[in-house]
Amino acid sequence: MNDWIDIGTLSDIPLRGARTVQLEGEKEIAVFRTGDDRVFALVNECPHKKGPLSQGIVHGHAVSCPLHNWNIALASGEAQGEDKGCTPTIAVKQEGGRILLAHPQSLQVAA
Amino acid sequence: MEFQDGIEPQHAPAADYEDTLIVSSQDRQEHLVVVGNGMAGCRAVEELLARDAGRYRVTIFGAEPHVNYNRIMLSPVLAGEKTFDEIVINSREWYDENGIDLVTSDPVVAVDRAEKTVTAQSGRKVRYDRLLIATGSDPFIIPVPGKDLPGVISFRGMKDVDLMLDAAGKGGDAVVIGGGLLGLEAAHGLSLRGMKVTVIHLMPTLMERQLDEAAGWLLKSALEARGQTILTGADTAEIYGQGKVEGVRLKDGREIPASIVVMAVGIRPATALARAAGLEVGRGIKVDDHMVTSDPAVLAVGECVEHDGNVYGLVAPLWDMCRSLADGLTDRHSGYRGSVTSTKLKVAGLDVFSAGDFSGGEGCEDIVLRDASRGVYKRVVVKDDKVVGAVLYGDIADGNWYFDLLKKGEDVSEIRDYLILGQAFASGGTADPLAAVAALPDDAEVCGCNGVTKGQVVASISDGACSLDAVRATCKASASCGSCTGLVESLLALTLGEEVKSGPKTLCKCTSFTHDDVRREIVAQGMKSIPEVMQTLHWSTPDGCSSCRPALNYYLLCALPGEYEDDQQSRFVNERMHANIQKDGTYSVVPRMWGGLTNPRELRAIADVVEKYDAPMVKVTGGQRLDIFGIKKEDLPAVWADLNAAGMVSGHAYGKSLRTVKTCVGSEWCRFGTQDSTGLGVKTERMTWGSWMPHKFKIAVSGCPRNCAEATIKDFGIVCVDSGYELHVGGNGGIHVRATDFLCKVATEQEALDYCAAFTQLYREEARYLERTAPWIERVGVEYVKQRIVEDETGREALRARFLYSQSFSQEDPWAERAAGRKAELHQHLEPLAIAAE
Ligand code: SRM
Ligand SMILES: Cc1cc2nc3c(=O)[nH]c(=O)nc-3n(C[C@H](O)[C@H](O)[C@H](O)COP(=O)(O)OP(=O)(O)OC[C@H]3O[C@@H](n4cnc5c(N)ncnc54)[C@H](O)[C@@H]3O)c2cc1C
Ligand code: SF4
Ligand code: FES
Repeated sequence: MNDWIDIGTLSDIPLRGARTVQLEGEKEIAVFRTGDDRVFALVNECPHKKGPLSQGIVHGHAVSCPLHNWNIALASGEAQGEDKGCTPTIAVKQEGGRILLAHPQSLQVAA
Repeated sequence: MEFQDGIEPQHAPAADYEDTLIVSSQDRQEHLVVVGNGMAGCRAVEELLARDAGRYRVTIFGAEPHVNYNRIMLSPVLAGEKTFDEIVINSREWYDENGIDLVTSDPVVAVDRAEKTVTAQSGRKVRYDRLLIATGSDPFIIPVPGKDLPGVISFRGMKDVDLMLDAAGKGGDAVVIGGGLLGLEAAHGLSLRGMKVTVIHLMPTLMERQLDEAAGWLLKSALEARGQTILTGADTAEIYGQGKVEGVRLKDGREIPASIVVMAVGIRPATALARAAGLEVGRGIKVDDHMVTSDPAVLAVGECVEHDGNVYGLVAPLWDMCRSLADGLTDRHSGYRGSVTSTKLKVAGLDVFSAGDFSGGEGCEDIVLRDASRGVYKRVVVKDDKVVGAVLYGDIADGNWYFDLLKKGEDVSEIRDYLILGQAFASGGTADPLAAVAALPDDAEVCGCNGVTKGQVVASISDGACSLDAVRATCKASASCGSCTGLVESLLALTLGEEVKSGPKTLCKCTSFTHDDVRREIVAQGMKSIPEVMQTLHWSTPDGCSSCRPALNYYLLCALPGEYEDDQQSRFVNERMHANIQKDGTYSVVPRMWGGLTNPRELRAIADVVEKYDAPMVKVTGGQRLDIFGIKKEDLPAVWADLNAAGMVSGHAYGKSLRTVKTCVGSEWCRFGTQDSTGLGVKTERMTWGSWMPHKFKIAVSGCPRNCAEATIKDFGIVCVDSGYELHVGGNGGIHVRATDFLCKVATEQEALDYCAAFTQLYREEARYLERTAPWIERVGVEYVKQRIVEDETGREALRARFLYSQSFSQEDPWAERAAGRKAELHQHLEPLAIAAE
């Protein structure tokens, strides 16, 4: 049911870092690589004040927003701890050494 | 009615208890049904699981909709100090993992002891082998007109807290009836939530059951000073209002308007269920030393029971009861012998403790200590050389010790003279709190809220819980009201053999080590990378967090100049991008302008950048240079290339590093100038730029004591005078303004530079990450800094040499490499390739 978009290889993303993807007509997407080489994709906007999550510090399966240090769980997009809010996630998978991103049609609904 | 039990139907109802037991223990696990998902009921199950997890299958019925939570913490929840989630004792997972069937929001309404079943409100019926009644207490409602009006609230469960918070959200007046522990905690919470609170208390002094008159008076004055109205000797006649509470009328005719009335006058054991089931009930459900009721298959525990003529309204006795109960259920039969209780009030800033009997009387001797200036009142009651009661106000540090002496009935004649001064004095004269804690016996109760002894805390520390959080997580000590936190910290210090000042503040939640420990270990063990530090020092997370990663990166960088490879992913975005992120996700770029000087070439280059990249704003900063705003992440390398081309380097306006060196015009132009402050500023900046620090670092040089460069609020400030240079350290503008401390005066420019380098290195090596020079100097004392920099010449020289050595690696313009195309990916989007359909 999904269109998968090939966005490159694991080594294109810094370990414990992120890169962004810009698709026509979509919000910027942040693609994260964690310390254990898992990959997650989120809309590149913090639920707090839209800080660019791709620029945050990645630790475990979470990222700390660069603007006010909220912690966002990469798997769910949920803010952790006391903070409340959620960033839409986009399905992403690794296949044959490539990173495939689901076409985020769902985003229009979620955003 | 249906059977939800899942137990195979029995052939015939067992008439005889003995028979049933034999049959059931052969065929299957016995079924323990618990009525009441509160503190005692769940603790009993925990104790049971700890002894023999497989022995019983457990079903718990709770009238409340929640999992088991710490009821005593409702007060901090009301006061806004905790959230409900933080006071949950056992989560859903706990019930699941232990195979416990939890039925919530469904009170048990009947017990059929012949059939051995309980029936809940929903109709659900369950058969039991053993029944445990732990229904707690019901709040007592005084029978006055209006008691049923909406807006009359008791204080017992989370639902009551929700009602109070709702009301408090609307503001207005609240009346609390009852000046005991519960009432005062409710009043405190409501007043913190912004309500105007009046406490109505029938007796002449507050908390008269726990406090004597003197302490009650001190407490009343303190509460009044906080804006509460306290009416003692006040008897409620009526709660009035049309369809909802509007106020309270006293018997003397006074009327107090209120939109809510909290009724906190006392509790009654909840015995209705037991009574209807025909169990023997006095003030509470009667139990023997093994918590067994008049029916051998039915046990009871908690506030609902009466043991040996006593009923209890505090948690400490529950822990003892639950231990005996679980022992009994697993055939160990230790037996409960009753409890002595102590009380603390959980109102922040008001320390009140009481234990035992302080009514005085024949043969009793009072020892009293008052310290009016500190607001301290202590009274210990001694009878036949034993402590029988204690009341402490204002300083309750020795509460546990008195309580321990009291419970053990120890002979205090030897220490009689020092008794009132507290444990530290009485046990040997050293006022060392650690020695006092060390002297506590293993079975001394450290955490009254969770019933944890010193021995248990020490055991869990020895098993690897080496931080306060870890202790809280493993044995629950200090996890509730927190009044024993100091004790637990002392035990940590004693057990781990570390020196702890105001409690070990660990670097972050990922470790039990402090900043200083980590730095020391990095150097001592020659650690070389972040993963190595995390491994060697037992980090509790796989790759740290946003607090520890930048700190470790800095500590390693500082310890291994030229050798350690900076970890970009452990830097905050600004330091990674070499620009300051703005709230819209663009960046600002600040090129260095040495000592605040500039020239046409630089200005032209900046002007060009502003135009070429459409920067919406350019501004003169408070640091004497120009800030270009609104640059896109993608454009940063090109902007830097252009600025580099005009000879400009990064101003590190983003870094935990040297920021600016502010200068004034000085002797070259100014009619008051004594030395070339501008020139010295430029030299200082050339020497120090590029260096990474624990926090940002600012320098200024003023040409005379008029101090136009504001050198006395800088991390390092130089004020020129006729005879030389006055050096100042530890200044800070910002949130807490701090003027510098005078370090010393030197005669030459070169000395000023040398001292500056040495001071900077001392700060780099010894301050904690994110500690600016001002708080660092407050912590270590300026005398220490003087000793290291001024008095110890060899030391100063060594520091200076280390600084310059480390600078030889750091003075490369971070922009140049980005402009040359390194790490280009940081600035670019990933490019989507082909579309693969599925
Ligand atoms: C640009 C500038 C304001 C201006 O337009 O003049 C500025 C801007 C910021 N300051 Fe500042 N401060 C600026 C001079 C100052 C000064 C004045 C000075 O240095 O003489 C002070 C008071 C002096 C001091 O630091 O002691 C100052 C005290 C602060 C503080 C409070 C520090 C403290 O210890 O309390 C912060 C917050 C912090 O660092 O945690 C801060 C933080 C910030 C941050 C970095 C806020 C942030 O985290 O994003 C601002 C960055 C804006 C940006 O993207 O450029 N800024 N800031 C000034 C840059 C100077 C430069 O050329 O590098
Ligand atoms: C606000 C507040 C602050 C307190 N502060 C302190 C303090 O600082 N120190 C201290 O030592 N003590 C304090 N206490 C007292 C302490 O909370 C109690 O001693 C303790 O909770 C008693 O435990 P329990 O299990 O007997 O009763 P509870 O914890 O009340 O548990 C009984 C449970 O049984 C449920 N129940 C009742 N009937 C039925 C039924 N028929 N079917 C199913 N479920 C039923 C109830 O809903 C309740 O959840 C405080 C109490 C309150 C309310
Ligand atoms: S004073 Fe506040 S708003 Fe202004 S630049 Fe500094 S941090 Fe930003
Ligand atoms: S925008 Fe992310 S924490 Fe504020």
